[in-house]
Amino acid sequence: MTIRNLKFYIARHTIKLYLRFTIRMHRKKRLSQTGSSTWPVVGLLFLLFLAIPGFTQEDWIRTGTGLAVEKIRLAVPDFKASTNDAKNPDLLKAFNDTLWNDLDNAGIFDLVSKSFYPLQQPGQPADVKFDTWNAPPPNASMLVFGNLGVSGDNVTAQGWLYDVKNSASPPVLGKQYQDRASADAVRIIAHRFADEIIFRLGGGIQGIAETRIYYVSNHSGHKEIWAMDYDGANQHQITHLGSDALSPRISPDNSRIAFSALTNSGWDIMMYSLDLNRMVSFPHFDGTNLSPAWTPDGLHLAFSSSRAGDPEIYMVDASGRDLKRLTNSHGPDVSPVWNHKTGAQIAWVSGRTGLPQIYTMEADGTNVQRMTDQGYAVSPAWSPNGQFLAFAWIRKYGPGEPGASDIYLMDIASKQWVQLTHDGGRNDFPSWSPDGRHIIFQSNRSGSLQIWTMLADGTKQTQLTFTGTNSQPNWSWK
Amino acid sequence: MKQGRMKWIMVVFALGAIMTLGACKKKVAPPPPPPPPPPAAPTASLTSNPNTVEKGKSTTLTWETTNATEVNIDGIGEVKPNGSQEVTPTDSTTYHLTAKGPGGAQEATARVTVTTPPPPPPPKPSATEEELFAQNVRDIFFDYDKYDIRADQAGAVQADAQFLNQHSHINFTVEGHCDERGSTEYNLALGDNRANAVKNALVQAGVSASRIKTISYGKEKPFCTESNEQCWQQNRRGHFVYQR
Repeated sequence: MTIRNLKFYIARHTIKLYLRFTIRMHRKKRLSQTGSSTWPVVGLLFLLFLAIPGFTQEDWIRTGTGLAVEKIRLAVPDFKASTNDAKNPDLLKAFNDTLWNDLDNAGIFDLVSKSFYPLQQPGQPADVKFDTWNAPPPNASMLVFGNLGVSGDNVTAQGWLYDVKNSASPPVLGKQYQDRASADAVRIIAHRFADEIIFRLGGGIQGIAETRIYYVSNHSGHKEIWAMDYDGANQHQITHLGSDALSPRISPDNSRIAFSALTNSGWDIMMYSLDLNRMVSFPHFDGTNLSPAWTPDGLHLAFSSSRAGDPEIYMVDASGRDLKRLTNSHGPDVSPVWNHKTGAQIAWVSGRTGLPQIYTMEADGTNVQRMTDQGYAVSPAWSPNGQFLAFAWIRKYGPGEPGASDIYLMDIASKQWVQLTHDGGRNDFPSWSPDGRHIIFQSNRSGSLQIWTMLADGTKQTQLTFTGTNSQPNWSWK
Repeated sequence: MKQGRMKWIMVVFALGAIMTLGACKKKVAPPPPPPPPPPAAPTASLTSNPNTVEKGKSTTLTWETTNATEVNIDGIGEVKPNGSQEVTPTDSTTYHLTAKGPGGAQEATARVTVTTPPPPPPPKPSATEEELFAQNVRDIFFDYDKYDIRADQAGAVQADAQFLNQHSHINFTVEGHCDERGSTEYNLALGDNRANAVKNALVQAGVSASRIKTISYGKEKPFCTESNEQCWQQNRRGHFVYQR
């Protein structure tokens, strides 16, 4: 535990302690009206004594995109049932939960608590009573509402986004969806509608509600590649190799997964086609072949290979031909990632000076820059806007140091960094959402290795997987 | 008074007559004499302990007979009615005992199975070499995040090289292993460096590179799963595996 964390720990517990004191004080008050006035004073003094040094020296910094902009207050009453089908309640609940989560996860809205909503909630535009939404207590700027109904095998959903502060011309968005009546289908409808809202209100950046996470899970008894929706739903196995599969990386067109697997000849780069739902061939290289990374155009891959006796970064075309060596230094070179904004730079991990550090270089291997200056830095992930590197760092490595691995964010131009995770455990393998607002990563803080997600400023850290061990998440591109 | 006494006498007499008559009736038909007992038939049992022996080893036959005057065991001859004897059959044998007496004859058998011990395996050079390999070739251990051969491991490398040079047709794999700390991908690359460091040291000591395969397991296949330095040290190694 660092001193800073210790202070926070103390501060947090002091608040609890203070609350306990005040509760006790209230109980005492009920028993006798005398001698109780000293308690809150003691409690407050104790709180101030311990909490002030903790809070004033606190230097966590929040960074991210759009943080200076005030978040839009969005009211999202539950959609109403438009038919009386028996399937309606279950599907309606699945839809409402998914829509709320998507809008909440987006990180750009201030969702108005449902307890502030008026009793009468609209399912149709004609039902909207503007003055019950645009004034306190809800005081919403925007209102999402609609209805959903099952008839026969089909489900129909109608959704609207209203600017309730502008009652003269409120509609921002109106959508109708039809699909087969199943929980999976209504979840997809909710994702699509959420993405429409996020696109309209989030500065024209595409939402991520329909994106996927590819990751490694040992559920089957072996480490295989798995996939799930971005919110942790719909977890399913992709590969069935029966050996060890690691480091899945989805191609920019979401059609293929490149990964590394243990075969009879060692660690090979493997390729799985999501179009064909089977493995497709990729050439074998001697040595240990690890951590493939797609160029933004999907035409090339960088990866680590020890085919010449030492792990170095190489580049091949998407069919595995035209091999080019990019690094040349003794020691491990591994985990390349491309600058997806330019497609012209690579960040990777090298142990050329001892403990692993993050480096960047041009795609031809020139202009090598060391980014981290100490500790144990691995698993770089280049932000979609090209500006930041997220990576895992044991910043102070050595005897007596806590040795926690945390996710950090570095501004590439200035090399200034901020720490995103502080909760202990080993946090590793960050991967950016395509909108650049989220980072998914692995952490063992819950006691086992699981996949977590957070906003790119480190807030809203949420666990997505819970059983087995799950690691190395890779966020799809759209 | 006199009449009463007469009555008593008559009653006693009558009772006596009835009892005498009843007793006499039973003795009317005397039982026939029992037939003379036939001479008892002999009994015989024969056991061997143990009943399975290796070739060249002996087993003990034990027999018991009754009512026998002449007891024979095939292959042994006439024996006492009860007794035991060690025998060393060369092949599986069924011992056959005949007990003769006035009442007839009785037979008993005991089977002794003789097993042939498996012939000592002809010296297989590969199996012995594999054992020798396991006994003589020692794993090489590394420092945290390091892949150079530590000074205290140089002796082990030289000893390994000496053995491998003396047994020049053994092919083998060097596995690179790492402890649980640090990232999966980096550890696989580091394990590759460790395996190659051991390989290069052996090549320098005269072992042909064509005999050596390398593979990295990173932290995927630990020898020890506790989170302490002692265990981590066990997992930071170049591990030798004999190639059949």
